Formats: sequence, structure tokens, C-alpha cells
Amino acid sequence: MPRHEGMHFNYDEIVRLVRQGSSVLDLGCGNGELLHRLINQNKVRGRGVDREEAMIVQCIARGISVYQGDLDEGLKDYGSGSYDYVILNQTLQMVHRPVMLLQEMVRVGREVIVNFPNFGYVVNRMQLMFFGRMPVNRDIPYQWYDTPNIHFCTRNDFVALCAEMGIPILHEIALRRTHRVPPVLRNLFATEICFVLRGNHAPEPAQTSVSSS
Amino acid sequence: MMLVTPTEVVFDDGVELDNGKRFAPITVRYETYGTLDWSGSNAVLVVHAFSGDAHAAGYHTVEDRYPGWWNEMIGPGKPFDTNRYFVICSNVLGGCQGTTGPGSIDPATGAPYALSFPVITINDMVKVQKRLIDSLGINRLLAVAGGSMGGMQALEWAVSYPESIASAIILASTSRLTAQGIAFDAVGRNAITSDPRWNNGNYYDGEAPARGLSIARMLGHITYLSDESMGEKFGRKLQERAAYGFDFADQFAVESYLEYQGGKFVDRFDANSYIYLTKAMDYFDISERFGTLEAAFAHGADRYLVISFSSDWLYPPYQSKEMVFAMMKAGKDVSYAELTSPFGHDSFLLETEQQGKMIESFLETTYAKA
Repeated sequence: MPRHEGMHFNYDEIVRLVRQGSSVLDLGCGNGELLHRLINQNKVRGRGVDREEAMIVQCIARGISVYQGDLDEGLKDYGSGSYDYVILNQTLQMVHRPVMLLQEMVRVGREVIVNFPNFGYVVNRMQLMFFGRMPVNRDIPYQWYDTPNIHFCTRNDFVALCAEMGIPILHEIALRRTHRVPPVLRNLFATEICFVLRGNHAPEPAQTSVSSS
Repeated sequence: MMLVTPTEVVFDDGVELDNGKRFAPITVRYETYGTLDWSGSNAVLVVHAFSGDAHAAGYHTVEDRYPGWWNEMIGPGKPFDTNRYFVICSNVLGGCQGTTGPGSIDPATGAPYALSFPVITINDMVKVQKRLIDSLGINRLLAVAGGSMGGMQALEWAVSYPESIASAIILASTSRLTAQGIAFDAVGRNAITSDPRWNNGNYYDGEAPARGLSIARMLGHITYLSDESMGEKFGRKLQERAAYGFDFADQFAVESYLEYQGGKFVDRFDANSYIYLTKAMDYFDISERFGTLEAAFAHGADRYLVISFSSDWLYPPYQSKEMVFAMMKAGKDVSYAELTSPFGHDSFLLETEQQGKMIESFLETTYAKA
């Protein structure tokens, strides 16, 4: 799946979250930029999955192992607990069956790193409130009829879904662009949310990689 | 224009075949493109598909109308860049285009082997290629690359000689033929063996079973194309008439095409080779030899590029995916692409652009790591 301009989560945050020497499956890996950094800086054993031919070519050119596939088909061929991290970067809102994918990710990954644009961001709310139009702005640059984003949610929506699915949240980072947003304000002021979720096969005791923000 | 000259080498002691017997002598015809570097680390073996030959690229003479079968992919500045890599292609054992096969003369009798030629496997073809590579002084190939039956050989290299190759490039191929694939091969063989001229394989001093062989080829061509590509190329057009004549002289364009392909094939291919090579493909199954696919790849080569084509129903993408996941589970470096193409199984010969970019990048990073 494509990673579009203006929807580029700060990779530094993810690089900080991932343990050295771990194994990483990056779903919707795009041109492989994040994996490339993780492989070089964190010495991970990494693999990517993407849907687009052009992205596959770029990953191969970077020397990254990549699989051309559709996340809506799930991860049935990946063993349970077979990766230390499964990463879903700016892609959750693009898949047809996010619940199925989340279930699959926590099965395959010992930990899951998922980030997405926060639809609850104040500017989105104001556009809807004052103009009565679907938000189109620097963080969500698409018209409603021409967007890859088919499953938008707010930060609080996602937390509620995790509770409903029984997925423990280990860690949360809320960003407004590149700046961290304090916890009480995050559903309103964060443009991006990143969660670390505990997988079904998490190592016991569960390890949090970074102290809570 | 890249001019090349084929070379023939004879291995007097032959190889020990999967049937347990030594087969000798074996002549191998091969061509090379580019230059082997001082350390011998830039060699790539290209392995051909069922009806291919050692002439993968360039021209034999300036008068040649057509270049080698993968000329789009091999040459200076092309994906298999002969400015950087030394590319080798040889005709397979059991073939009929320079390497020993059922049509070759058995030195023991002075007559063609015909059906006294042993039933060979993909593994046997690879053993002969290994002899060739050793004789060229190459310790480790940068890659073995091939499509279809060539992909089977590349896979065989990866699991049989993992120390001798840095990577395998497997296009439109499979770790084992489907029942459907075996069925088509069986009908092809039946077409040949029911031609009276086949005469139990003994036709070398008379007329060849051309009708049987051309029907086998016609069938083969149907399996190499797709509904979409046939529809686009021929539709329901009649070849010579504007309207139906209500007699059997009517020919649809697609019929005429198949006739033409069948006829052309007879001139360059030996019917017995058709029988032996399809049998080798039918037998091929890596998982059977190692227990599971994952076990096969567990001690196989480290790096793979696997490409399948959306409209290929003879070597369907799901079979490539099955291989790829087995490679992943075995902890191997593997990249997989399923290219969108209307051309069916033939796509690997026709869709050179995206495929070429991937192969070029893959070779480059493999070369950098090796």
C-alpha cells in the first residue's frame, strides 16, 4: 500500500521502539525506507509486505526481502509469534477488514506497532463542525470520493476497539506532526497516534520497550 | 549486435543419474556472454525452459533474423548486464539442441539412443550443469536464473548445491507441477506416441512423427497463453474468409496460429526429447525428496527472487506463494512479486520491463553482498 505525502509518521519514533537484533515484519512497507533504517540502525532481520509493484522494485533495490501481497488476505501463512514486531505504519485506515488484520497481527507479532492518523484531531472536527464538509487538510489530503483511507478512526475509537478485542496496549505515542502531545489532550491535538500492542505470544513477562510518555 | 559462438564440451565420465546408473559420455552445448572477473565471482547461470536452448542472447551470424530467446534480458546495460556479469547458458541433458539427448548417437551402438536413453530428472540436468560450471573454474555462481522448467532447475540448484550459488531467481515456476500440468504433458506425449511414425521412438533413419509432435506443441501453446491474450490476439476472427462457409476449410485465426506454431516446432525439436523432458518435469517435486518444502529450503541457498504472473494458469501464482512462504519459514532472504500480465505462462518471456527491473536490482544487491 502506498505511503502518501503528508502521511509520513516520524520514523525516528519507531526506530526508537524496536529492540536491537529483533525480527520485524513491516506490513504496507512502501518503498522500504523504514525497514532499511531498522535493518541498518537496529540490526533487525526484516521483511516487508506491500501491494504495489513499483514499491516492490524499490525494496529489492534496497536489498530488502519483500513480499507482494494484499493485507486484506490476512497473514494466514505466517506462524504464530513468528516475529518480534509486526509493524503497520499508516496503513490501518486503508484496509478493508481492520479487525481481522489486528487479530492476525497480534497472533503473528510478539509485539505490534501500529500508527494511524487521528481523525479526532481538532482541525478535522472544526472542518466538519463549521463547514459541514469532510476534512481535507495537510494531514488528510484527500477528497472523500478519492481517498485510500476507508476506515478512519479517532485515537479513542482505537483504544475502545483494543479493549473490546482484549488487546493490551503497552505504550502510546501521540504526535502533532513531530511534537509529542501530552496524554490528556491527545485525542484532540494529536495528528498521529502510535500504539505498541502486546501480541498473543508476547514474551513473559511482557517487555515494554520504552517508558511511558 | 552481440555475436556469439556456441561451444561444445564433452564429459567422458558423464554423471551418476537419479536412476542410480552412470551415464556417459555427455556432450554439453553452451554459450557465454560477458567476461568472468579475476575472482570468478560475477558468473550467472541462465537455465532455459522446456523448448529453449543454449542460445539465450545475441546472434550467431550477422544474417540471423532472430536473436537468442532472452535477448531482451541479457546484454550490455540489460538486466543481466554483460558489462558486469559473466552469463552462461547451456542446453539441458535430454534436449536436442547440442547437448546429449535421445536423438544423440550412442557410442556403444553407433545408433541414436532413442528410448534406450535413460529417464532423467531435473536434478540430472542440474548435475550436468554443475559439471560445466566446475569445468569453467567457477566456485560459486552469483545466481542461477530461469523461468518455467528453468525455474525448476534454479530451485534444484538452490537445494542441491546451496554452497555453490549466492542466489536463485525463479520465474513463473513451481516446486512441483499440478495434476493439471501433468495431465497436459501426458496428452502431449500421447499425441506423439500415437503417431505411427513415432515407431517406439525409432524414427531417426526415416520420417519423424511430425504430426504427433505438432499436436503436442499446439496443446502446449494453449497452456502458455491465457483466455485474455488469445481473445485479444485472435478473438473469433476467421483466418481467410469473411463469413462462415459451412465446410471444414473454415479456419479461425487461432487455429491457424496453432498450426503455424506446431509446424515451426517440428523443424527444431525432437519428439523423443519432448517425451523425456516432460517426464522430467512431471517427476520434479522438491518437497517429496526432503519431506517438506520448508525442509528442502532449510538447507538450501540463502537468497531468492520469485516472480509469478497473474494470468499464468499453468504455473499459477499460488504455487509460487507456497514456495515463498516455505523459504520464509526456513529463514531465507526472499522477495516475491506477482506481476499483472495478460500473457499467461509466456509472460516471463514477454514482460521484460518490470521483471527486468527486479532482476537487475536483485543481482546488484546480491553482488554487493557476495
